[in-house]
Amino acid sequence: MSAVAQPAGGVSERTRSRPGVGAVYRWELFKLRFQKRTYLGLGASALVPIIFVVAIQFRHHRDNGGDFAFASYLTKSGLVVPLVILLFGAVWMFPLITALVAGDIFASEDHNGTLKTVLTRSLERWQIFAGKALAAATYAVVAIAINGTVAVVAGCLESGFNSVQTLTGTIVSAPKGLELVYLSLLFYLIPIATVVCIGLMLSTITRNSAAAVVGTLMVSLLFQLIGILPGLGATQPYLLSTQFNAWQGLLRQPIDWSPIIRAVWVCALYGVPALGTAFLVFLRRDVAGG
Amino acid sequence: MAEADARTGSGPAPVEVRGLVKRYGELAAVAGIDLTVHAGDVYGYLGPNGAGKTTCLRMMLGLIRPTEGTVRLFGRDPQESAQALDGVAGFVEAPTFYPYLNGRRNLELLAAFDGEDARTRIDEALDTVELAHRAKDRVGGYSHGMRQRLGIAAALLRNPKLLLLDEPATGLDPAGMRDMRLLIRRLADQGITVMLSSHLLAEVEELCNRVAIVRTGRIVYEGAISELKRTAGATYRLSTTDDERALAVCRAQPGVSDARVVQGRIAFTADDAAVAELSQALVEAGALIRILAPEHVTLEDLFFSLTEGDGAASAEAPAVVAG
Repeated sequence: MSAVAQPAGGVSERTRSRPGVGAVYRWELFKLRFQKRTYLGLGASALVPIIFVVAIQFRHHRDNGGDFAFASYLTKSGLVVPLVILLFGAVWMFPLITALVAGDIFASEDHNGTLKTVLTRSLERWQIFAGKALAAATYAVVAIAINGTVAVVAGCLESGFNSVQTLTGTIVSAPKGLELVYLSLLFYLIPIATVVCIGLMLSTITRNSAAAVVGTLMVSLLFQLIGILPGLGATQPYLLSTQFNAWQGLLRQPIDWSPIIRAVWVCALYGVPALGTAFLVFLRRDVAGG
Repeated sequence: MAEADARTGSGPAPVEVRGLVKRYGELAAVAGIDLTVHAGDVYGYLGPNGAGKTTCLRMMLGLIRPTEGTVRLFGRDPQESAQALDGVAGFVEAPTFYPYLNGRRNLELLAAFDGEDARTRIDEALDTVELAHRAKDRVGGYSHGMRQRLGIAAALLRNPKLLLLDEPATGLDPAGMRDMRLLIRRLADQGITVMLSSHLLAEVEELCNRVAIVRTGRIVYEGAISELKRTAGATYRLSTTDDERALAVCRAQPGVSDARVVQGRIAFTADDAAVAELSQALVEAGALIRILAPEHVTLEDLFFSLTEGDGAASAEAPAVVAG
């Protein structure tokens, strides 16, 4: 073994730049590139629209519609495809894809024992938390963006880049329709952010990746279940599951902002306490395992 | 709280622990630890399994919160800020890394979490632990010994003044243990203060100048190994022409204690002056000396005497502090 350089100067004499949230964020994104679950989630995001378009093609000759929003327009404009996927993806697909990383990002470090490795470096705990939370949110944004973009491309290849009929019956041009699609995806991120927060909370509390991922999905499904239970109709506007439909306000003429505004505060009502809990648990917890 | 290092007079001691307690419900894993590691020490932290060594090291590194008491590293509290860990590096239990990244990537990640000058030390650290040739292999394929060495490399990125190592040689083969021992010795020779916990008493005896011996969460001895041996007294073996009479003489002789027959020979504890007077008394009593030889007391002997049985090492007994 070769010699080690003499440590230079005392501790107080050091003049080095301290790392920050950006360093954690960059390395969390880098680490995601090497994990199977990343590709599982992003792969599903890309694959589902393609499968959906293939299914439309097979159904095209049998009937021309269904009993959900945009169903009758599916074969007339490819821009409808991402909107229909948003409609159905809220049930389990997007919460699951989001939870794959949000539920795992702290728990896997606990399980592998790497949390103690990073906590003994020069970063404060809040910086590590912030970097990881941002990385989990970024993953969710990328998953939604990939899904939407693949759906637009696949849909347009199948049904054409044509004008779209809004929910109030007015027809908007294809470019305007495309703008509405991406705005819808953007506002869809509001409830998705809440799912990220719930995933982070379960990840820090359970310290178990599988439990956190499944738990996040279960919470999402529980909201869906409450929404369909008889006698609980009054709770519907305040359920997380309902906020996944807030983007539909954009597809009305004029735009109906009320579901979007409600989604913002209802999601904050669920998301902020979940994120706060995750933060406090991570900040105060003993790291004894691993 | 933080006192200037008595040995060097150059600022706070690298490690200063006072009244440290960690309770898990009814169980006190650490039950009131006081210790000081001085600059330049290679400090052994010894104790049987479950004595609270790792828990104590975790508190020193800020991984778990003490129930009571304080830890100061160079005068700073690791519970308050990660800045307290500036100049401090180490690992508890086995060092852990991201198995899907290669060794170099792991070090790059940790260097990014240390500050930008740490990155410039990656090659040097890999060379030091002789892992440069495997740096591009995924850590998932590393042996235990390689991970231990990568753990040391990760610690060196921080240009440490203090290394806290938990069982650094555990699980290594004899060659790996030797290499680890040499590495720690070399780092210590270069001015890095080292605190290590270990089960390997021969290793500690060879490497460390000072030790703390813990039992059930309490320190039963803290100080220099040489002082521990001195206070324990020298043990002698004696064989004479009349052992029965010699045993009686030993028991009556001032300065001689713990005289007993062990494996057919008399064993007793005494200092040099008492041994000289004893030899004269034996001759006068007609018990001519065949063998009178000192027995080497190892750290292991002392460790067991302090951590087993109910004697001086009882959990309630006050710690012996020397040196």
